[in-house]
Amino acid sequence: MTHNSEHKIPLWRDDRFWKIVLQVLAAVVAISLVSLLWYNVTVNMQNQGIQFGFGFLKDQASFAIQESPISYNPARDPYRRVLFAGLLNSLRVMVSGIVLTTILGVAMGVASFSGNWLLRKGSQVYVEVVRNIPLLLQLFFWYKVVFLKFPNPSNRIEWLGSIYLSNRGVFLPWFPVNWNFVAWMGVLVGCAIASILLWRWRIQQMLERGQSGRVQLLGLAVLGIAAILIILFGLGWQAPQEIATGTITGGLRLSIEFSALLVGLVVYTGAYIAEIVRAGIQSVSQGQWEAARALGLRPGLTMRLVVFPQALRVMIPLLNSQYMNLAKNSSLAIAIGYADIYSIANTTYNQTGRPVEVMFIIMMTYLIINLAISLSMNGLNKMVQLQER
Amino acid sequence: MLKWGSLVTATLVLAVSLTSCATPNTNSSTEGGRSATASGGKSRLDIVKERGELICGVDGKIPGFSFVDETGEYSGLDVDVCKAVAAAVLGDASKVQYRPLDSTERFTALSGGEVDMLSRNTTWTLSRDTSVGLEFAPTTFFDGQGMMVPTNSNIADLKAFQGKSICVEAGTTTELNLTDNLRKAGVEAEISTFQQADQAYNAYLEGRCQGMTSDKSQLLARRSKFPNPDEHILLDVTMSKEPLGPVTINNDSAWFDVVKWVTYGLIEAEEFGIMQANVEEMLESDDPNIRRFLGVEQGLGEGIGLEDDFMVKAIEAVGNYGEVYDRNLGEQSTFNLPRGQNDLWTNGGLMYSPPFR
Repeated sequence: MTHNSEHKIPLWRDDRFWKIVLQVLAAVVAISLVSLLWYNVTVNMQNQGIQFGFGFLKDQASFAIQESPISYNPARDPYRRVLFAGLLNSLRVMVSGIVLTTILGVAMGVASFSGNWLLRKGSQVYVEVVRNIPLLLQLFFWYKVVFLKFPNPSNRIEWLGSIYLSNRGVFLPWFPVNWNFVAWMGVLVGCAIASILLWRWRIQQMLERGQSGRVQLLGLAVLGIAAILIILFGLGWQAPQEIATGTITGGLRLSIEFSALLVGLVVYTGAYIAEIVRAGIQSVSQGQWEAARALGLRPGLTMRLVVFPQALRVMIPLLNSQYMNLAKNSSLAIAIGYADIYSIANTTYNQTGRPVEVMFIIMMTYLIINLAISLSMNGLNKMVQLQER
Repeated sequence: MLKWGSLVTATLVLAVSLTSCATPNTNSSTEGGRSATASGGKSRLDIVKERGELICGVDGKIPGFSFVDETGEYSGLDVDVCKAVAAAVLGDASKVQYRPLDSTERFTALSGGEVDMLSRNTTWTLSRDTSVGLEFAPTTFFDGQGMMVPTNSNIADLKAFQGKSICVEAGTTTELNLTDNLRKAGVEAEISTFQQADQAYNAYLEGRCQGMTSDKSQLLARRSKFPNPDEHILLDVTMSKEPLGPVTINNDSAWFDVVKWVTYGLIEAEEFGIMQANVEEMLESDDPNIRRFLGVEQGLGEGIGLEDDFMVKAIEAVGNYGEVYDRNLGEQSTFNLPRGQNDLWTNGGLMYSPPFR
């Protein structure tokens, strides 16, 4: 021990020392930058006679928004409620966007391996065209060229007497959210859980006892039919109806702004996801395909049981960033007049003159949303990674 | 281990003292003046003089107020106010850099110091004057909010908008007044808010909305650029008072005074009968009021940090308020808007300047 201390390395050549010094330096730079910015903001606000604070959120908002999932009355409700309505509008686009874009992207990605020439080329053309045009331009295209050109409500397009298209929006049959609906949804969830348990039991019985599993299959079929019956008749579907010329009630109304934004985001992000799916599938070595074939698996099963689970390992981190991009890109809604959180926050800071506070709120909102997406995708990632035992 | 710990503490202490040293330094440089800008202690007036150019925030898309023509030249009533201020401060009306701003970015551009002033159809309201931190120079156009509908739509008043939709530009007082007026009329209408006026008018023209609301003058000006102006009419409703005028930043009274008095000066010049054409002759006038106004005797310029003949320069550049109005909105323009409440107080209008003395 004493021998060691005599040959101590000088401080400046000890990389442990330098590691800590660099950390501290980085911290100092970061802290001083932030405090300098903060100081600058407060001094400038003081000079203009403005106090930093979030008190304005309690003030009456008094501007109307085009659509809101919650009741919002501009004559009474404060800014925080209109911002919350905007947040819900944003989440609506993000969640349905992520679901639809996954379906489209996976379909297009798988199509690029199809034996059908037209399908394969079609998916390639889609990917190349969409990826090379800026999203904003595409949103303008969907909004101005497609959705704004829909006919007036009086000349609307009708399908099956229950789907209406006009320049007021897309009207679809939908169900009212009431206790009846909630109860039936509960039953549906119960059905789903029961069928998962039944499926597992069936596999177990087939593996361990060598049974055919036909009884359980019958049970699954009964559950499935019950679920379909509930969905068809229990939820109380309402078709949109015209009560006066041009006024349509009932059903689900998707404004053309929402529709254009959703379609634009889904088509755009779908192209990237198609490429991710393609890359993921290509990353699985040819030997896996051959091995699966040698075991006698049909092509569908090969994809589902052998290739896709391995492809997922590559795909999920990439999908994560695409979902986050979709969430952030939804703020381009402002360009086509959809009342999302960003556009409402923009109006808010304009009416209140509080850009700093409002920008802070927006940044925090997007940060939290994206962290949530990231967190859940990382959880998924852990599940599909190679389990080494 | 103890040694490392003390090293880290020592460095942290050093860091903290460094940052706390840095703070008072920036402090002293910004606290010098009454300025509201981030550029440190100076009035906008000095900044404009040093720069040799005025940066004026305009709309750029409303014919008659501020509009860019094919050659890239700006014209209109709002633009003429910018020119008058530039001429008064810098002696040259061409030393203006125009910055087109949409309604949601204008205040941030002003408070961030990106523009020196706004001359951009901005309505004077209490909350903007106080909590947004602006300073409103005299009104250059008294307007009211109107509603435009297609001629064949059979809509005659606000009540007819039940269940219909109305297009509006975001971040405007228009948006707020519309909500109030619909509430008063007990009408439930859908309000489609657009970030940019172009998009709002486009959506209206495509039939997305059955009505388009904005200040009346703006609706008329925009309509003049429609493919078929005759197919649209303005309803006979006025939803609000809209006093429009130039705006400067709060707490910079040196600069505010300049913009304020140059604007008043244009009105005062019309009252005195001083025009672009006769301003040289008027220098010889015997009227002490006119002599004082033009800086021939008892200079008024010093008080606001300009040359005594600042109004001569401004009038040489754009003429008096009446000339500006006639050229851009009145008889000599395509709009031929009657002066109405924008006439001089001596003719029954609202244009009134405090005395120059």
